[in-house]
Amino acid sequence: MNHLLNYTLQIADNALILGHRLSEWCGHGPILEQDIALTNLSLDLVGQARSLYQYAAKVEGHGRTEDDMAYLRDEMDFKNVLLVEQKNGDFGRTIVRQFLFDAYHLPFYEALQRSHDETLAAIAEKSLKEVTYHLRYSSEWMIRLGDGTEESHRRVQTALDELWRYTAELFQPSATDEAMLAEGIGVDLGAVKSRWESTVAEILRVATLQQPDSNWMQNGGKAGRHTEHLGYILAEMQYLQRVHPGAEW
Amino acid sequence: MAVISSLPTKDEILGILESVCDPEIPVLTIIDLGIVRGVNIDEAGVEVVITPTYSGCPAMNTIEINIRAALEDHGYPNARVKTILSPAWTTDWLSDAGREKLREYGIAPPVRSSQDKLALFQTERKVPCPNCGSTATEMVSQFGSTACKSLYRCTSCLEPFDYFKCH
Repeated sequence: MNHLLNYTLQIADNALILGHRLSEWCGHGPILEQDIALTNLSLDLVGQARSLYQYAAKVEGHGRTEDDMAYLRDEMDFKNVLLVEQKNGDFGRTIVRQFLFDAYHLPFYEALQRSHDETLAAIAEKSLKEVTYHLRYSSEWMIRLGDGTEESHRRVQTALDELWRYTAELFQPSATDEAMLAEGIGVDLGAVKSRWESTVAEILRVATLQQPDSNWMQNGGKAGRHTEHLGYILAEMQYLQRVHPGAEW
Repeated sequence: MAVISSLPTKDEILGILESVCDPEIPVLTIIDLGIVRGVNIDEAGVEVVITPTYSGCPAMNTIEINIRAALEDHGYPNARVKTILSPAWTTDWLSDAGREKLREYGIAPPVRSSQDKLALFQTERKVPCPNCGSTATEMVSQFGSTACKSLYRCTSCLEPFDYFKCH
């Protein structure tokens, strides 16, 4: 297995799938400013995915392009974590998913900046600034909704309880994660986990939300075993390239 | 269009690049914006090295096309444009001339950075209103019409305005 290719795709697929999910909010946000905010996050993530896919295509060296990576791979080839493919639900649920991922994404990119792989380090340095804004945004909304009305509190607590089972996977190293860490290219997920735990505990406390105590955790995304939702995302996202191969603007 | 045979100087190329503007903020040239990182000139032609402001900035493709077109118009066909990501662009790369042009255009330029941009809840700095100069302003949304801007409003003159956010 080409671990560098696999590792780059793991990072890229997280960004693309979450970016695509957020793009589904375009024109549906609760108010104009939040519609714009969610699609801004989407744009950043899809931009990060492009840089990563360009690099993945180069590492692979088979003449594929960034578009081939996004549009012509199948469900089991995608290596994103299950959390990012979960459905948007209401605005509160989207915010919970975003917060749980942002709290991981920021320390992940911070560590990846020190990667021995120059391209991944450069992409991380660039993306880190964007992700900083994302975490600030999702944290503020966690607090506003959690410590808001009875209804907003109930909705984000429910979403938190439902999405919690997908959080352990973020920190479970795949064979690729382990190989890349050993080579000084990848990130130590144990260190990222402790940063994540302290961010999450602090924001949930301020937001008056309960950290779920469920021990049962779902995983499989990094190995290509996905929830039912990814197939629907790909069906929509890849439709044009599958029906009209090579179509361009 | 004349094809020039002798090698140009770097300053000549930079002079031509002064005519290439940001498609989203047309008062700024790409030199003002600070995204031109280098110019390489050799027998094979001219290479311009640029860096994106944001990863997903949709203007980058247009900027690349416009750079090549401007150089072709001045007699340098087949120029190459290379994109690099590191060192990452920050708003500190905006030139002083660029900051003044932004203000005149009605976009508040970024407040000079000094504090830690990675702090989770930093206190928002006072952004002077580009219309009346008052610092009685407030943020409406961190995210605006383009990736590089936030939405603000002035509580003195009541005008809404864009803020080119610190990055």
